Amino acid sequence: MNLDFSFITGDLLVNYIWGGLKYSVLLTLVAMAGGIVLGTLLAMMRLSGIQALEWPASLYVNTIRSIPLVMVILWFFLLVPFIIGRPIGAENSAYITFIIFEAAYFAEIMRAGIQSVPKGQTYAGYAIGLTYGQTMQFIVLPQAFRNMLPVLLTQTIILFQDTSLVYAIGAYDLLKGFEVVGKNFNRPVETYLVATVVYFVICFSLSMLVRRLQKKITIIR
Amino acid sequence: MSAWDWQVFCKDTIDQAIVASCFGSGNDQSYLDWLLSAWGWTLKVSALALVLALMVGICVGVIRTLPHRTLALAGDAWTELFRNIPVLVQVFLWYFVVPELLPAMKRLPSYFLVVCALGFYTSARISEQVRAGIQSIPKGQLYAGLAMGLTLAQTYRYVLLPVALRMVIPPLTSEAMSIVKNSAVAFAVSIAELVMFARQASEETSRDIEIYLAVTMLYFVSSLGVFALARLIEIKVKVPGFLGAKQ
Repeated sequence: MNLDFSFITGDLLVNYIWGGLKYSVLLTLVAMAGGIVLGTLLAMMRLSGIQALEWPASLYVNTIRSIPLVMVILWFFLLVPFIIGRPIGAENSAYITFIIFEAAYFAEIMRAGIQSVPKGQTYAGYAIGLTYGQTMQFIVLPQAFRNMLPVLLTQTIILFQDTSLVYAIGAYDLLKGFEVVGKNFNRPVETYLVATVVYFVICFSLSMLVRRLQKKITIIR
Repeated sequence: MSAWDWQVFCKDTIDQAIVASCFGSGNDQSYLDWLLSAWGWTLKVSALALVLALMVGICVGVIRTLPHRTLALAGDAWTELFRNIPVLVQVFLWYFVVPELLPAMKRLPSYFLVVCALGFYTSARISEQVRAGIQSIPKGQLYAGLAMGLTLAQTYRYVLLPVALRMVIPPLTSEAMSIVKNSAVAFAVSIAELVMFARQASEETSRDIEIYLAVTMLYFVSSLGVFALARLIEIKVKVPGFLGAKQ
């Protein structure tokens, strides 16, 4: 088996890969932002102590978490155009899917983060006369955020890996870009090898960064 | 949307005629037959991948805690490598690239390649849990074992692993549940599992919602089954009054 990478040129990368990479990164960032907002809301609902809020939030989180992402992608690709009343395309459908899917995972991280702050901290807040809002804002959330930041970022790396699953509905992402190159140049072996290296380099450097950050911000108790 | 039509599962997959018993006879196959065989494929691929992932993952996890630096580094490298490549890319790698580089692999059935991809991907995550489990045991236990004259291997076998492996059952349970979910990527290389069925059968019958619902329900049932099984094992192996037994 002779490997020949000579067909991979700068032009090819610009024409086939760059757009896909941009879409994958954008999808990751949109899903992270949307997922964190929606996830925080869900976590608040689950920790609110009000049955009517807790119950739907748990149902949502547990349902989403027990379905494969590919299946969720297919569901939304089927249902969103039906609800909106017009086709919106695979790329846009994926934005909605990933926000809704990731929210369930971010909600769990948020919940664990808030719960990781010892109860005594909350009581101490009340004891010195702070209101619930002030206790959350000045005492619980800053610590919770520090505790969960590494996990939040690790989840985002996993999210970036998961964006490759939009393959199921044919959206043009980083992996799809490589697949098209492999087909057009009839060199699937080389292109998949390059795709592997690209994904690895991105994910590995990000996880190294997260690890360094983790060392820096860990609260020493 | 038109009303539900659950009869779609009783249709023959070739002539689309409704079969009275819902199950095809002889060489004929109804969508229900196909659904069940697809479920079988999902479970088979997941189970084989889980066995591979547990074997490799526990070995790599143990290696990463050994005092031998080179070995520990090799274990770390294994984990970083398989954890930082998307599972779908790994499936393509095993399916398109590995058989070209190792021609002997061409004779293996294609589902086996997916099992390798899923198994090695998950082994990296399991090794991380096992390593954390072993390292959470106080160092004194290792020293005590060595001081009693046990070899390093014996210390692992009789002192560290019996505790560590019991402690990691809950995180391994969620890994086992994610293997079932991750096995869905096998559709990309045409393994006849549930997502593949969902895509093809919905195309053929235009009864997308019914088909997707059935497939989603089967994923639920599989997840619950894995969870119940793992819980059973956890209860069975727990040492009364010992770590992890109080849950």
